Amino acid sequence: MSSEIAHIFSEPPARSTRIPGPPPVPAPAEVELTIDGSLVSVPAGSTILDACRARSIEIPTLCFLENLTPVNACRVCVVEVAGARTLVPACSRRVESGMDVQTASERVRHSRRLVLELLASSVDLSTAPGVAEMLDAYGADPARFGPAAPPAPAGERDAHQPGHHHASDGASAATVAQPVTVDNDLYIRDYAKCILCYKCVEACGVDAQNTFAIAVAGRGFDAHISTEYATPLPASACVYCGNCIGVCPTGALMFRSEHEMRAAGTWDEAAQARTDTICPYCGVGCTLTLHVQEGTIVKVTSPLDASITEGHLCVKGRFGFTFMGRGGTTAGDGA
Amino acid sequence: MDLVTLAPRATPDERTAVDVVLGAPAGRWDGGERADPEGGHTSSGGHAARERRHLLLPVLHAIQARVGWISRPALEYACRRLSIPPADAYGVARFYGLFSTTPRPPIVAHVCDDVVCRLAGAEDVCADLERAVGPAGEPALGGEATWLRSPCLGRCERAPAALFTVAGTLPETIAAAPVDAAGIVRRLERTAAGRRLVPARIDPDPDEERLANVRRSVPQAGRPGLRILHRVGIINPLSLDDYVAAGGYRGLRRAIEVGREAVIAEVTASGLLGRGGAAFPTGRKWAAVAAQPGQPHYTVCNADESEPGTFKDRVLMEEDPYAIVEAMTIEGLATGSSRGFLYIRAEYPLSAARMAHALAIAREAGYLGTDILGSGQMFEIEIRRGAGAYVCGEETALFNSIEGKRGEPRNKPPFPVESGLFGRPTAVNNIETLVNIPGIVADGGAAFAALGTEGSRGPKLFCISGAVPHPGVYEVEFGASLGDLITLAGGVSGGHELRAVLLGGASGVFVGPEALDLQLTFEATRAAGATIGSGVVMVFDDRVDIVATLRRVAAFFRDESCGQCVPCRVGTVRQEELLARLANGRPNGSADDELALLADLGQAMRDASICGLGQTASSAIESAFRAGLVAFPRQAEARA
Ligand SMILES: Cc1cc2nc3c(=O)[nH]c(=O)nc-3n(C[C@H](O)[C@H](O)[C@H](O)COP(=O)(O)O)c2cc1C
Ligand code: SF4
Ligand code: SF4
Ligand code: SF4
Ligand code: FES
Ligand code: FES
Repeated sequence: MSSEIAHIFSEPPARSTRIPGPPPVPAPAEVELTIDGSLVSVPAGSTILDACRARSIEIPTLCFLENLTPVNACRVCVVEVAGARTLVPACSRRVESGMDVQTASERVRHSRRLVLELLASSVDLSTAPGVAEMLDAYGADPARFGPAAPPAPAGERDAHQPGHHHASDGASAATVAQPVTVDNDLYIRDYAKCILCYKCVEACGVDAQNTFAIAVAGRGFDAHISTEYATPLPASACVYCGNCIGVCPTGALMFRSEHEMRAAGTWDEAAQARTDTICPYCGVGCTLTLHVQEGTIVKVTSPLDASITEGHLCVKGRFGFTFMGRGGTTAGDGA
Repeated sequence: MDLVTLAPRATPDERTAVDVVLGAPAGRWDGGERADPEGGHTSSGGHAARERRHLLLPVLHAIQARVGWISRPALEYACRRLSIPPADAYGVARFYGLFSTTPRPPIVAHVCDDVVCRLAGAEDVCADLERAVGPAGEPALGGEATWLRSPCLGRCERAPAALFTVAGTLPETIAAAPVDAAGIVRRLERTAAGRRLVPARIDPDPDEERLANVRRSVPQAGRPGLRILHRVGIINPLSLDDYVAAGGYRGLRRAIEVGREAVIAEVTASGLLGRGGAAFPTGRKWAAVAAQPGQPHYTVCNADESEPGTFKDRVLMEEDPYAIVEAMTIEGLATGSSRGFLYIRAEYPLSAARMAHALAIAREAGYLGTDILGSGQMFEIEIRRGAGAYVCGEETALFNSIEGKRGEPRNKPPFPVESGLFGRPTAVNNIETLVNIPGIVADGGAAFAALGTEGSRGPKLFCISGAVPHPGVYEVEFGASLGDLITLAGGVSGGHELRAVLLGGASGVFVGPEALDLQLTFEATRAAGATIGSGVVMVFDDRVDIVATLRRVAAFFRDESCGQCVPCRVGTVRQEELLARLANGRPNGSADDELALLADLGQAMRDASICGLGQTASSAIESAFRAGLVAFPRQAEARA
């Protein structure tokens, strides 16, 4: 073997040690505005919410999530902008130079309180993280609308015809209460807990999954999340990625394992360990957060800020974890 | 995206309905056979199919009209043709009041029970119908027919009104007013027995009867000095020659002569403010669209007219259709758009037919198309029909509806002048706004601006209904008082006292008799905490049940809320519940508690709702309390 050939085999040609990155993006121009009386400067294109968060000003949100397109539907994030006729949603409104924003004025607090009262009087928020604190912080009194009306039988609310309803006698406050939909082994849909934030529809659609198994149907107070003709999930387009569960802010969409443990009174979040790992199934390498209670995986999520997943997973990473446990045919074995 | 469609195949009828709108399928992608059997397993055409998403509403209309309801196989066939996920299309079908996704008899009487028709006995009509053919929505006459309650049908001047829809291979939609229960049953029976309702025709009345008939809706028709209504009842609405002979198309000719900037300058100089409710300067809107870089731009005419008590746009479309075609063409040329959409509410079949006729004739005569009057400029107009949703009158909801989506309003900004229909710069105007345009362009903005008052230029139409002997559309110069208008309509009906007037419709404001001197201008009504809105003047005499009226208004908003935002979706429900307690005298807590609740709801809906529907949903109700027309009984506190 000549020395040159030996050289080729032993020393590969020098390579750039770094994959060339894209050219640097020029930093966006800064925009100056006033928030609660103090002058702030934030990058152009920021939302009012971004600007507030950068200054640690707390704005409650329900329908907003960093990894989804803002739908600005819940209106709990409204703030007052000088000169505007109405309040504006902080989660989607972009800052403008010279804007004068009030985040805690009487008017702002009023609308937030009413939004929370209206939601809490019509929706079961018992498993919605952080909402009890919001109700407290705004002094919301959902009971002022009267006692809650009895739950509707399964399917009844979905059947309401747009533009028609039976007038109430006002003795009780209408709610979205209805039985839980359990039509598959992996997750349940408890629309009595649905605040109609549109997040699941977005996650199932162009914001993540592109499956479009669910949409908003009906109108007004009868608007609801549905598959076509309320078809059960196994006969729908759903691929059980569980990304809708990942974004649901109220627990309306829930792992069946969690739902059953809650029903049995064995769900104990305080006793759960959370362990981040990499999904074992394929080469994409999604970050999984395993929620483990007493040695058993009880649910799987992915961090919103994980660069690969942005919180979204596929059916295998989300539900294919029973091989880790004792085996058998518990929830999580597949649809 | 994979379309998952598992249901059985659509029936031949259903497929035909869809194919009539879309043409035969081209290949595998849009529901047909593989186009190229040699082409292996590849398939193309998905993008092309999805580009036609905007045809979803026409397709759903076609299925509903042919079959009477939209079955799952029919919807899934439509979805394959347009490459739309079925859940998404189902959400759209379930948004609109005139579509049914459950079996419904082919013949339906939609009976108006809204505010004005109630005054004219609509509740009695409904009660009689219930006795004669059974409860609303239940199949009757051997499963062939049913009846449903409906919000305002835009025929309040001849209340009570009804709309008949007959599904089949020759579907029909016919509006009728005034109606009584016996007449409705007779029509249902005759149609169920296989006869057509009335010959489906758009012909106008014979010349000698025309004026008399039009005067039932426009009592001033034929009087000299009218500016908006001067052709109404005079010309044959089918005849382009009549229109031109009466001064038509002078505006368009001049627009072509003077060019885009000069047209916008005249419209700006006229001081014309939008007549659709928001009173935005039309010239400013057009200038903003014209200035937008990039193409295409769109022109949209808002003929959704669903504000209870409003019927002026219907009269204009029925009696002076070419004026709207001309005005839209001028608007298109001025704003640099070559495509216009005319969105007409589905409850206006005659308006749609007359407009379609006018479009065809105008096209033939070179007033529309690729070379308008030899100018080399291009403009086309397409009609789109609503499907029973008041909120689609909100401009951004209307865009979504044309795009084949749920009629949910968009958050603003961005405003339509930047990002409107299909995300493009869009000029959207109301019918009445537009009918002023040809005159402004032909005779100059100054002549128009010379009329009216400082803040409200030109003439204005008002829709007077309720307790007056001659309800109808009236034209006045801005500056007339409320009392003047009621006098025009013959004063308060025989021997009764004026109790209240609802200005601006369901989203408007109640005023009491002390407001008779109120000038109905934008500035004076604003200063008085009232509104002109869409020009509604609904008159109530001392026989009115105000609480029942308010409950109907509250029910309207609860029904018509799109459901997107919490303040409106739940607030309208809570407001209706509160009024129910007012009606049955069982308040929650004290009278003051209830009033505080109403005020709290009103403020949150006004401040935090996305669109004008929620923002005004409490307006009429709160104003009725303010005007002292209703109050929670103080003694009821004891019972609570
Ligand atoms: C709930 C709602 C319903 C509306 N309905 C109508 C309508 O039926 N016709 C109309 O012209 N404008 C309607 N508008 C106003 C439109 O959004 C828009 O302002 C108008 O079409 C602009 O035309 P203009 O400037 O010529 O008035 C409605 C607005 C709201 C909020
Ligand atoms: S599990 Fe995935 S596919 Fe199924 S509805 Fe949720 S987001 Fe859509
Ligand atoms: S199910 Fe959950 S995510 Fe979906 S709309 Fe309801 S609350 Fe939002
Ligand atoms: S205000 Fe009402 S109609 Fe308007 S967007 Fe909100 S829910 Fe829809
Ligand atoms: S968080 Fe902004 S509107 Fe819901
Ligand atoms: S047509 Fe019945 S209220 Fe207008």
